[in-house]
Amino acid sequence: MPTITIDGQTLEVNKGDNILEACLNAGLDLPYFCWHPAMGSIGSCRQCALVQYQNENDTHGRIVMGCMTSVTEGARFSLDAKNAVEFREAVVESLMLNHPHDCPVCAEGGECHLQDMTVMVGHRDRRYRGSKNTHRNQYLGPLIHHEMNRCITCYRCERFYRDYAGGTDLGAQASRDRLYFGRQQDGVLESEFSGNLVEVCPTGVFTDKPFLADFSRKWDLQSSPSICGGCGVGCNIAPGERYGRLKRIHNRYNHDINGYFICDRGRFGGGYVNSKRRINFAGLQGTDGSFAAINQEAALSKAQTWMQNARIAGIGSPRASLESNFLLQTWVGSDQFSAGFSDAEGSILNRQIEILQSTRAMNPSIKQMESADAILVLGEDLTNTAPRVALGLRQAVRNKSLAMAEQMGLPDWQDAAVRNLAQDALSPLIIVTSYSSRLDDIALHTLTLTPNEIAEFGCNIAARLQGKPAHNALIDEIAECLSGAKRPLIISGSSMLQGNIIESAAAVAEALCEHNANTMLSLCAPEANSVGAAMLSQATNLSLSNIVEGADDIDVLVVLENDLARRLDPASVKKLVESGTKIIALDVLENTTLDHSTLVLPAASFAESQGTLVNNEGRAQRFFSVFPPAHDRLPSWQWLLQLATCSGSSQLSALTHFDEVVDACAASRPIFANLSEVAPDRSFRDRGQKIPRQTHRYSGRTAVNAAVSVHEPQQPIDRETPLAFSMEGLNRDQPAALTPYVWSPGWNSNQSLHKFQAEVDGPLKGGSAGLRLLVSSTKGVQKLSLTTPVSEKSDLWQLVPVHCLHGSEELSRHTDEIAELAGDAFLTLSIATAKELDVDEGDRISVAGCGDTISLTVKIVERMAAGCAGYSIGFASTRELTTGAEVHLQRDIAWQPLKPSLIASDRDSMHIGGVNRHV
Amino acid sequence: MEKVLTRNIGPEQHTTNLAAYKANYGYRGLKKALTEMSPDDCQAAVKNSNLRGRGGAGFPTGMKWSFVPKGDACSPGHKYLVCNADEMEPGTFKDRLLMECDPHQLIEGMLLAAYTIGADIAYIFIRGEYLVAIQRLRDAIAECYANSYLGERILGSDFSLEMYVHPSAGRYICGEETALINALEGKRANPRAKPPFPQVSGLWGRPTIVNNVETLCNIPHIIDHGADWFKTLGVGEDSGTKLFGVSGKVNNPGCWELPMGTPIREIVEDHAGGMRDGFQLKGFLPGGGSTDFLVPEHLDLAMDYNVIGAAGSRMGTGTMIILDDRTCPVGMVLNLIRFFAQESCGFCTPCRDGLPWSRQVLEDIENGAGRAEDLETLAYQVKYIGAIGNTHCALAPGAMEPLQSAMKYFYDDFVQHIDAGHCPYHNGKGAL
Repeated sequence: MPTITIDGQTLEVNKGDNILEACLNAGLDLPYFCWHPAMGSIGSCRQCALVQYQNENDTHGRIVMGCMTSVTEGARFSLDAKNAVEFREAVVESLMLNHPHDCPVCAEGGECHLQDMTVMVGHRDRRYRGSKNTHRNQYLGPLIHHEMNRCITCYRCERFYRDYAGGTDLGAQASRDRLYFGRQQDGVLESEFSGNLVEVCPTGVFTDKPFLADFSRKWDLQSSPSICGGCGVGCNIAPGERYGRLKRIHNRYNHDINGYFICDRGRFGGGYVNSKRRINFAGLQGTDGSFAAINQEAALSKAQTWMQNARIAGIGSPRASLESNFLLQTWVGSDQFSAGFSDAEGSILNRQIEILQSTRAMNPSIKQMESADAILVLGEDLTNTAPRVALGLRQAVRNKSLAMAEQMGLPDWQDAAVRNLAQDALSPLIIVTSYSSRLDDIALHTLTLTPNEIAEFGCNIAARLQGKPAHNALIDEIAECLSGAKRPLIISGSSMLQGNIIESAAAVAEALCEHNANTMLSLCAPEANSVGAAMLSQATNLSLSNIVEGADDIDVLVVLENDLARRLDPASVKKLVESGTKIIALDVLENTTLDHSTLVLPAASFAESQGTLVNNEGRAQRFFSVFPPAHDRLPSWQWLLQLATCSGSSQLSALTHFDEVVDACAASRPIFANLSEVAPDRSFRDRGQKIPRQTHRYSGRTAVNAAVSVHEPQQPIDRETPLAFSMEGLNRDQPAALTPYVWSPGWNSNQSLHKFQAEVDGPLKGGSAGLRLLVSSTKGVQKLSLTTPVSEKSDLWQLVPVHCLHGSEELSRHTDEIAELAGDAFLTLSIATAKELDVDEGDRISVAGCGDTISLTVKIVERMAAGCAGYSIGFASTRELTTGAEVHLQRDIAWQPLKPSLIASDRDSMHIGGVNRHV
Repeated sequence: MEKVLTRNIGPEQHTTNLAAYKANYGYRGLKKALTEMSPDDCQAAVKNSNLRGRGGAGFPTGMKWSFVPKGDACSPGHKYLVCNADEMEPGTFKDRLLMECDPHQLIEGMLLAAYTIGADIAYIFIRGEYLVAIQRLRDAIAECYANSYLGERILGSDFSLEMYVHPSAGRYICGEETALINALEGKRANPRAKPPFPQVSGLWGRPTIVNNVETLCNIPHIIDHGADWFKTLGVGEDSGTKLFGVSGKVNNPGCWELPMGTPIREIVEDHAGGMRDGFQLKGFLPGGGSTDFLVPEHLDLAMDYNVIGAAGSRMGTGTMIILDDRTCPVGMVLNLIRFFAQESCGFCTPCRDGLPWSRQVLEDIENGAGRAEDLETLAYQVKYIGAIGNTHCALAPGAMEPLQSAMKYFYDDFVQHIDAGHCPYHNGKGAL
């Protein structure tokens, strides 16, 4: 470790760092704008200037940029030298020439990096007397608000959007002091990661549009450490609340998983928490089908009357917490419990866990995936099924360029230089899917195969790796590429509902493990707790179809946070509903299952309850309530404890507190033995106090409800978690799982994160959040016989599921902005198929042969496997369709495009893909 | 004096076709190199000639070439030679002359440079407005392809070179070699951070040499006649000849090939014919818009890189702009700062936002709205923007050169503007 001197202070610094990183690591406040820990240096803002001296005798020194200067043994620097201080102030004064100084009306105010840096350099008096440049703002869609006048031209937005996230529709335009960051013309941002612009932008150019419409200052938000429920990746998030409304979601740094960035579903998909479709009170269905609101006691006593000496069955949920699922199963008994997966998904997920526990391959975190130097993706459209993984792969393919840079002695943080050197040289990524994916642009090879062919292809690669000649040049090439890699990564998952794809992925990984212990195998899971629910499942469990078939014998069916209409075909739902079974459903939002339930119990959302979720790598993570549940809502685990008591069951009678539930779950199965270590329990105190959810500057605590009542209510007391609904306590140096927000004196923006990190871009001081429950073994995956049915050539089309970042996930699609982006349900066809069926983009097509005939909007994609058509899964109107079904497709002759009513501004959008878009 | 670079060029003379060029010893240097000299020999000749870059910075050409990795040190792939013909320095028009009037001389120079560094692809990145030069270069290149001077196995040797003319979309910053490379790649013309230098990681990330037109035009003669001969051409400490130009209120503005080290007085008085009647020389920018003012006391200095450098300016492109006693120096500096602020690529803060700030202060002073503290602000800006290293590239420090030297030599003019509340040269009536 080199030793350097900064203003006479001797510091040991990390070899290979730049001076800016070294200063921040040492706790020195060196202002910066364009540098970003995940994106490196380009040296554009010139803010992190300091003086470097040649040697002890050099008293004058010269100004260098901290982010562009490597640390070298014995190097001497000064932050406090007069010329450095003056220079840094001059930079801010220049940046402020055209800044509108509209902090009071800017959504960034109070968490603005530009404000912080301006104060830090001491700039106050303005000498510039000219007029300010102004810009026209753009409409960028429902998620991001654009206010170009505030721009200080740090290039971070462009570098994140294009270089880091692979977007193409936002960039730097024009030049000099007229630089403009935006799109070529107004329009919805195309990137799935556009929301990160909000956090990447050091000022208020890109702000969170839904938040802006329901705004609070950062210091007025009450926040909690939480876990995103949007998919199986388990990104860490920091939701903020005020006035009982979930205001916004920010990224919460987790070194291993999401780092600094989350996807737009995660950031904007939480709006359903404030939805008008939330269940506020228990509801009892009357004979006419309408619900009467009843209070908690009435609901429980009603349930009690049904449950005496009754046969009670339960359906769990892959989107409910581990604890809730555990409680339901323990209460009703494992032989009366279904994990709540569809039958196909359940068996795949069980097998997935078997594989992850027996494979010799490493089951990587995203951070580890980013180190891969050859990647094979089998079947997954990652950008839509595990978006943050897709973003990780964009970084992994850069390993080739980093290796080239290392060879030249170029540090990896020299971002522009490394990119210029490597140009489009990428580490190999091979994508084998049934249709186009957003990662195709960085793939060495893309193969378009039917689900069965994907599995077969994977098996062929595995066989080739084991020495069996392939007689196929491409398989040879891919096999050699994988076996020649230092850290090969195989990714697959359950999104195609095709078990043999996962088997083939495991076979490839196992074959690679013969010679390479660094082989990685990652399997994506569909929902936030799919893996946790599958880990809880037991051989005696029922499947959903078992429950439907035996419905007549079930007196009371308790459904936990699960819309069965998404898991069962409509006929089965009908059968279940008509069976006469009393259904008690606990959920957050109105849905089909609730519509058919006898008793509906209002469950708290993720923002109002706590629990453990197990992500696709088998990492258990705890989320904590952001605010107390309103109305009669209760966390599901509390409803279940009360229902169990009502039923007369003694199984759960010893449990009162959440921590006791965790302990009981931990004791129930060796695999959960360490569950209580996932996060500290409610007895945790930091210097005698709980961790505050509110900032020290939280305003109006005593007056926040004055509009309702002038009587000042007592602050809610949190009896279940280590956090307090309070501003009292310290948000500093606590365990990583308990970081509700980041703030540090002088660092009001999210850039204060480095004060919470052990070192810049490193793990948090409080350790790593989450606990791995699944560990690989040395025995290897037991091979299952891979049956790949030969599909007969027919004039039918095989349906494959198309997952949509916006729209496919159950809860987030109830957020207005997400629903807007999701649009109508659609059917994707290849160009050739569309031609064959005489349909064009935007036309409607009839899908027959799977339930009722339905009409869907046509979407044409570049790649779609022969004989296949993709349907947007998770949309209400595609509920009839099932994966793998063979259907008739025909141009919907009844459908007529609406006549476009042309106005001048529509001119440009009228002809897209050569077809009339109906307006 | 022996005409070297302009031997085919005269007031009514230009040599644009291959036959005429060959008739006057054209491509003799190339033939000599391909038959008698190894690339290392050529490299040695250029190094020994002490040829310094004619684009403005004066970096020794041989040394620049020596940084290009060769043999095993170079990863397999292309190497590139780029001719910087994006001549946009205010007051500069020498490369245009060379390209319009003798395109083959440039091509021969590029062939030799490419042969020396092992480049197999060459680009002429040319100012988009140079339509005549673009056409003549394209014609000349076509002739070369037709006659085995370009393409595969040139003149039967093992040396091959592809050459392309790339007209610039037009930004001053494209004259900065790394911005030029970015522009050539189709990217925004922002300069790149150095290191790595283009010699190691340039165009498409490959080893690349970027040389000015005039620099390259010297190469055939150095190879043909040898380094020692070249050194004898200069009358001062630098080697070779140079195209010098003068613009401003002189009797005979123009461009002449003269020995390196020719005294400024000789250029201004003999070749440019001295000042026009009624005008006195007040100062001059010796090498284009981004060099420091010099004043009459410097007239006897030799036009050599180090001599001009020691006087506090730079030789730059060697094309002088004369400031006379009836032109407002503040207005002249304002005009230049306006240009540089306009041409900033916008990448780094001091240049992007600092230059418009300087422009605002100068506008106020020139328009009679200057304040006493403005001179302090200007001095602050010169310090903040003007130092190499404070900015991402040399554009802004170059822009500060005329400002800082004007404040040094014409300080009273600035004060008079502020005190009088109007421009004394314009009699308070705005522009003449």
